Amino acid sequence: MQIKGDKWTPILFITPSIVAVGIFIYGFIGWTGFISFTKWNDVIPDYTRVGFENYRKLFANMRFQIDLHNTLVFTVIFVTSCLLIGLLLAILIDQRIKGEGIFRNLFLLPMAFSFVVSGVIWHWLFNPGSIQLGNIGVNQLFEKVGLNFLICGWYTDPNIGIKAVAVAAIWQFSGYTMALYLAGLRGIPLELREAASIDGADQFQIFYYILLPFLRPITFGAIIILGHISLKIFDLVMAMTGSGPAFSCDVPALFMYDTTFRGNNFARGASIAIILLLLVSLLIIPYLITTFRKEA
Amino acid sequence: MKISVTRLLIYIMLAIFTIFYIIPMYIMVVTGMKSFAEVSLDTMWNLPFSLNFNSFNLAWLGSTKGGFRGLSGSFLNSVFLVIPATVISALLGSLNGYVLTKWRFYGSDLIFTMILFGMFIPYQSIIIPLVLTLQKLHVYGTIPGLILVHVIYGLPISTLIFRNYYITVPTEMVEASKIDGANFLGIYRWVIFPLSTPGFAVAMIWQFTSIWNDFLFGLIVTPNPASQPITVALNNLAGSYFVQWNVQIAGALLTVLPPILVYIFLGRFFLKGLLQGSLKG
Repeated sequence: MQIKGDKWTPILFITPSIVAVGIFIYGFIGWTGFISFTKWNDVIPDYTRVGFENYRKLFANMRFQIDLHNTLVFTVIFVTSCLLIGLLLAILIDQRIKGEGIFRNLFLLPMAFSFVVSGVIWHWLFNPGSIQLGNIGVNQLFEKVGLNFLICGWYTDPNIGIKAVAVAAIWQFSGYTMALYLAGLRGIPLELREAASIDGADQFQIFYYILLPFLRPITFGAIIILGHISLKIFDLVMAMTGSGPAFSCDVPALFMYDTTFRGNNFARGASIAIILLLLVSLLIIPYLITTFRKEA
Repeated sequence: MKISVTRLLIYIMLAIFTIFYIIPMYIMVVTGMKSFAEVSLDTMWNLPFSLNFNSFNLAWLGSTKGGFRGLSGSFLNSVFLVIPATVISALLGSLNGYVLTKWRFYGSDLIFTMILFGMFIPYQSIIIPLVLTLQKLHVYGTIPGLILVHVIYGLPISTLIFRNYYITVPTEMVEASKIDGANFLGIYRWVIFPLSTPGFAVAMIWQFTSIWNDFLFGLIVTPNPASQPITVALNNLAGSYFVQWNVQIAGALLTVLPPILVYIFLGRFFLKGLLQGSLKG
């Protein structure tokens, strides 16, 4: 329901925002798209059109291929771990435990951290040390408590690389999925669980047949949010590891930054940005449309 | 007192996760408080013998001898950036939310969805034209330029927060004041705005935290150290070979302090913003 009359004043007041979004988001996306089809790979702009040349070269580029692979690995590890840890923590906290507030606040606290701060700290935690230094960081901790089999080279090991960055990202975001799931669990009517348990359902059946279906929309939303964060990940990698040995920590956003602002290859940078945007849009647009339809 | 095995298991699992979450914070606090004599990578897990704030001092003030800048200047830059940007984007978000819920017009839902999309885009896809435009406007490399950037790209989330909030304000109240002869601005001023405190709390805390924590815009829009926000300065500090690791970690603690304080004292609103960010009203 809405108010009738005085039709133009509201439109007048929202117009600056619409214009700003129109120019700075949609206009600029178009502009970046345009740049990605030009020859501008130097300090001086060169708007000679070259069609899909930049894209073709990009997909043939080894660093970009590694980046896409890293993004896939990072996304799978990051999203599934956040979902599983978040769900587990939410269920644990939902058991009427002592000090619930303390646990909840502690698990959520990393969300207030800047990625740069987390990056600096995890850089030192995952620093494997050297022959002179011996084990430092978490490796030293593992050595002290007798978990020597866990000692490894972390982000300095090309076989681990981006997975070490994923651990830091999981530390930062699993509290978020916990908060989502906890809100979801608290929204399930208690009578439902009680009725099921009177009907003879055990804890596992209640979880599988009642709780999980209730939590499905939350899981769906969380996958979209976490997925798009992992596609865009930049700050954390930049502060924690950089590209890493043999680009094992590299991601498209970092490649875009290097190419554009360190290498002045603006057209190629623009083409990386457009690929990133397309990947994010594949996730977000269906989500926005379904959410929008539900509300309308 | 009898504790069942299940409950014991619950607490054991919680304890394990607590260790995982606390480790980085422990290292940050402990390292910052050690004296330089005590700071050493091979004793990094030990508690400090006595309290010592030299690392913070050095991270804050920098060192001409060591050849690096402290974070104090960029801390102030961040303050001067974050306060106006937060206030302006909350006000705009409030107006937009008011229009999109109480004065809906043909196509307003579509416009809302299109504004919302801006929340999710990778900023790499707008950053090259952004730099060119800011240069044309002569605000590239300046704090006012960065404020403009954060206000504009903060519009989607602040509009979303206020739209979700105003949906809960009964339209009948607005209708009643309209019958009493109030117009668009009058209703906003006398009915909606006085009710908006929770909306402003959520939006401002959200914007404060995300602008303070932003890195990409600061890095690209303000490359000059004199107008850099603190996250960019911290990244430079941590990337320098001249700066000892304990100073880097002390710098990280200084950088995270304002959002942590907000989280501790206003955590309720922080959580609300977080849940709204995922489009749940």
